[in-house]
Amino acid sequence: MSSCNSKNDPKQFLAEEDILLLNEIGETIIPATASSKGAGQTGIGEFMKVYVTDCYSKERQEVFKKGLVELRERSKSKYGKEFLKLSKAQKHDLLTVIDKEANEYNSNKNKNAPGHYFSMIKEITVFGYFTSEPGATKALRYVQTPGSYDGNVDYKPGDKAWAL
Amino acid sequence: MGADKNTFDAIVIGSGMTGGWAAKEFCEKGLKTLVIERGRNIEHLKDYPTATKDIWEFPHRNQLPLKIKEDNPVVSKCYAFREDTLQFFVKDKEHPYVQEKPFDWIRAYQVGGKSLLWGRGTQRYSKFDFEGPARDGFGIDWPIRYEDLAPWYSHVEKFIGVCGNRDGLETLPDGEFLPPWELNVVEKSIQSRIMSSYKDRYMINARCAHLTEPKEIHLQQGRGKCMARNLCQRGCPYGGYFSAVSSTLPWAAKTGNLTMRPDSVVHSIIYDSKKGKATGVRVIDAHNKEVTDYFAKVIFLNAAALNSNLILLNSTSDRFPEGLGNDNGLLGKYIVFQNYRGSLSSDIDGFKDKYYSGRRPASTLIPNFRNVYKQETDFLRGYMSFLSARREGWGHDVEGDQIGGNYKNNISEPGDWKVGMTISGEVIPKITNHVRLDKDKKDEWGMPLLTVSVDYDDNDEKLLKDFFEQSAQMLEKAGCKNIKTRDSKQAPGLDIHEMGGVRMGKDPKTSLLNKWNQVHSCQNVFVTDGSCMTSSGTSSPSLTFMAFTARAANHAIEELKKGNL
Repeated sequence: MSSCNSKNDPKQFLAEEDILLLNEIGETIIPATASSKGAGQTGIGEFMKVYVTDCYSKERQEVFKKGLVELRERSKSKYGKEFLKLSKAQKHDLLTVIDKEANEYNSNKNKNAPGHYFSMIKEITVFGYFTSEPGATKALRYVQTPGSYDGNVDYKPGDKAWAL
Repeated sequence: MGADKNTFDAIVIGSGMTGGWAAKEFCEKGLKTLVIERGRNIEHLKDYPTATKDIWEFPHRNQLPLKIKEDNPVVSKCYAFREDTLQFFVKDKEHPYVQEKPFDWIRAYQVGGKSLLWGRGTQRYSKFDFEGPARDGFGIDWPIRYEDLAPWYSHVEKFIGVCGNRDGLETLPDGEFLPPWELNVVEKSIQSRIMSSYKDRYMINARCAHLTEPKEIHLQQGRGKCMARNLCQRGCPYGGYFSAVSSTLPWAAKTGNLTMRPDSVVHSIIYDSKKGKATGVRVIDAHNKEVTDYFAKVIFLNAAALNSNLILLNSTSDRFPEGLGNDNGLLGKYIVFQNYRGSLSSDIDGFKDKYYSGRRPASTLIPNFRNVYKQETDFLRGYMSFLSARREGWGHDVEGDQIGGNYKNNISEPGDWKVGMTISGEVIPKITNHVRLDKDKKDEWGMPLLTVSVDYDDNDEKLLKDFFEQSAQMLEKAGCKNIKTRDSKQAPGLDIHEMGGVRMGKDPKTSLLNKWNQVHSCQNVFVTDGSCMTSSGTSSPSLTFMAFTARAANHAIEELKKGNL
């Protein structure tokens, strides 16, 4: 199966600069830590392009696309800079604010209306990251072939969840 | 074309769960057997293209592209229809049918059929299931009792490999068990609290067709231990669960007595009025549409419940103008299924220092406790429940930072324990739930489309309501909180436990098949898939279909020896 199933031409949907922006947003949501890469480093922008192109409705795609425009503007109006040029702390602060707005928007919106664009980005970032090879094998515990089931193993805080 | 090369001792229509069993029994006993399958060939291992892929190898990480969902509104509802399993399901447009009422018909046209994709639940029916209709006055009496089927349950279980705990319950008889999947630490706590709160309710280990500890007979099949990957529907590279493709069909082939004809759509069973029996099967080549007749002394119909109805309805002759064996006009009627609409979710505190490892491919069971010894509710029959506890995985809601390093770390750890339950409810047979041939519409092979007219009724609603009340009460007694019920309102069919239409019975006036699954009025035709079921029960039904098939096949062999067929 491939993205040729899509009704939209992927090339037209998200441009290279959008992918770079999404990588940067993804890296801010899930940054690199001591043991594992960040979402941007795993190419989350490219995955978002495939996923939004193939799995999203037209309506949600529109929200997603407009959201990128809005996010760019927010960066400029608040910091006078493009998002990519913000400091790490600025990126973090801006997205934290937008994330709060997104949650408020989602809890007040009409049930059938699409969610906030940032929730879409965040959701695909989390999903795409933890199902990527670096995310599943380094940020989580991935055992391809467990071999058996044990229903009572000790757990201590800090132990990672199982991948899948 | 000479008839000789088209003549066999036995013909089996369908190569799935039960067709594989008929083939195995016949071939082992030396009968030259033809298995006809409408779909493509599937070979164990070779034709499992996704079996060993990692999640990141799927472009959409196992989610379905929108286009596929839009093109397949029916099969997309199936929980197992995903990016890794697409290749094994019928797509909506390939094989249309007519829904007089909403019915989600989930199909798998290939060698092995749905046995590649099934949920692998293998609970026996109990004596209460076989006695129920006569005792409670619905449908018709089964022509057999539990004891008639018990040795055949054992026969099937030993070969396919069924794991479970010996619980000694009348309501869910023990079988020939491999070691069970254990309950996890939270489930054990729930188990003890439910069982100390109720005298008549039990929570037990899953019973399912997984090789938790293969025996010699399984190793001889080339199958090995289940690796607890829980990726079964891709086809198992270890043969860890039972499918016709990994087990019965290759076993039958090893005898040298098996001929497989995939890509062959069965048009009808050929009836000879002079001989007073069926002589063969008419087949349409799926690709070039060429028609060929095959002949045999005995014919087993195992096309899966609704398609077996279709084939019989389409097998018309001067003797049987309304379909083979349909003297009473009841063929296609009394379709039953199982009510899978209800589920509950809940939270449970504590156990934060506990987790599990491996991916257990099954849930625990709560056997039916309603109307067991007598009718005692305002609805007929009851329900089995599945219960499982798990910790929330990656990406769950967390407190604190919602962006950044802390957020990443927090959502990488398991969250709280959650406890869920789902229903498998008995559905009462009634004449209005039926299938019939559409008068006008035909498929590309010239076969009439099947019209499906099946619905829930008031009994199903009451039973579901009781399931919600009782399950919520049990979860509460088990220490669960924030208990929520959910009625999916899913259409019949999505349970993928459709049965009946060719029901067994004692009386040819009210049933189609006798106690050996023989068509009353055409005794060399046996129907042993789900269409033979007189009532639905609450257990996952495939094991029972397989037991019926093995029993009927061995009866057919005896009858052939005696010259009775």
